[in-house]
Amino acid sequence: MSKEDILSILDTADSFKEISTRKIKKVPTLRGRTIISLFFEPSTRTRTSFEIAGKRLSADVINISASTSSVTKGENLIDTARNLEAMSPDILVVRHSCAGAPQLIAQHLKCSVINAGDGAHEHPTQALLDLLTIREHKRTFKGLKVAIVGDIAHSRVARSNIHAMKTMGMEVILVGPPTMMPADIERLGVSVCHNLLDAIGEVDIIMMLRIQLERQSRFLLPSLREYANLFGLTLEKLKKARPGVLIIHPGPVNHGVEISPEVMSSPHSLILNQVTNGVAVRMSLMYLLLGGADETFD
Amino acid sequence: MDTVILNEKDISRAVNRIAHEILEKNRGCENLALVGIRTRGVYLAKRLQQKINAMEKASIDHGILDITLYRDDLGLEKQNPVLKKTEIAFPIDGKDVVLCDDVLFTGRTIRAAIDALVDFGRPASVQLAVLIDRGHRELPIRPDYVGKNIPTSKSMSVKVKLREEDEEDQVVLIGANS
Repeated sequence: MSKEDILSILDTADSFKEISTRKIKKVPTLRGRTIISLFFEPSTRTRTSFEIAGKRLSADVINISASTSSVTKGENLIDTARNLEAMSPDILVVRHSCAGAPQLIAQHLKCSVINAGDGAHEHPTQALLDLLTIREHKRTFKGLKVAIVGDIAHSRVARSNIHAMKTMGMEVILVGPPTMMPADIERLGVSVCHNLLDAIGEVDIIMMLRIQLERQSRFLLPSLREYANLFGLTLEKLKKARPGVLIIHPGPVNHGVEISPEVMSSPHSLILNQVTNGVAVRMSLMYLLLGGADETFD
Repeated sequence: MDTVILNEKDISRAVNRIAHEILEKNRGCENLALVGIRTRGVYLAKRLQQKINAMEKASIDHGILDITLYRDDLGLEKQNPVLKKTEIAFPIDGKDVVLCDDVLFTGRTIRAAIDALVDFGRPASVQLAVLIDRGHRELPIRPDYVGKNIPTSKSMSVKVKLREEDEEDQVVLIGANS
């Protein structure tokens, strides 16, 4: 996605924010359009956010969870998508555990497809809402330094954000234990650090990633407590950070592991702002996709 | 061929007169709010607000409406018009809202604006002030206050320039046959 594409999505999202503050939170723009969201993995934020975004634009939104669909009877991905396409949706929103699944669907279908997270590959709408949140508080992206902390290797949020932030001219430092850091990741134009305290004083924004508790059993971590000691964000560690530092997290949060409850409720934390912005960004994307132009955002 | 229909002074006199007419019809400005339709309607509304505030020693509400999301032609054009913010920071229930726009043509913009407005609340009345009425209505919409009526043919276009956005105040008729 180019810088211009990103800015156009963010600028439009800005204008959509106001609608969620009205008493009647609806505009007729996508009236009668159909949006189907197909989630093969669980989700609270992303799924609800897409649903609310579509409904506030007056579209008809249908949510399908793979666990309660015929996928459990063995129906494959392409068949599922093609069957849904036969019901004329305008947009398909897809979250899948395999990288490239939304891309595959998009190649076979005529309607617009939005990636809501594919395996450990990308989560583009998360990166966009993160950028929107950052822009609200820092005005400009150029020259900003971000630390992304946690299980980078398995994080689609990290990947999407690395691409997005580099495109907007930000500097990215990845922080995490070596077991969770992909080899050669510096080739994406980022720097790597294995100690949170080393990086914390240098950055304007700290993005904490969720430690996926199931990883611990795969011996990537000695224990959650040790992870929390070395990489968890506490008020104590925050004292070493810049005064205006912003803290973001894609959610859900493991209290006391990657981030302490005190930090979450501190004025630096923008975690709930991110969620609000998520609705605006998704409204923006849907509006731009169905606007009539033959838009493709990769 | 381009003809200048209104110059800076003409526009200023029209705005003055409209301000007076608004006050006359509404018997003051107690319940009044002005909402400008993006983009140039906003400046028109602002100027009217200033005149009315000065004349009545009051402070009436001013809002900005972007009707892009309420248009009836989205998806028909290749590119969507750029979306800007709507800012109506005051409650409109029970208010006499005067919508302001630069040119009234088919009336579809005003239809969209009324739909947008009623999503914000229930005004006591909605009135319409336009600088130019160029005819060719496609919907039953009529203005309450008009700067100037200009008969046009559909092939012509009317360009309103206001100094807040363009370099000068001027209304130009484009494509008139001599």
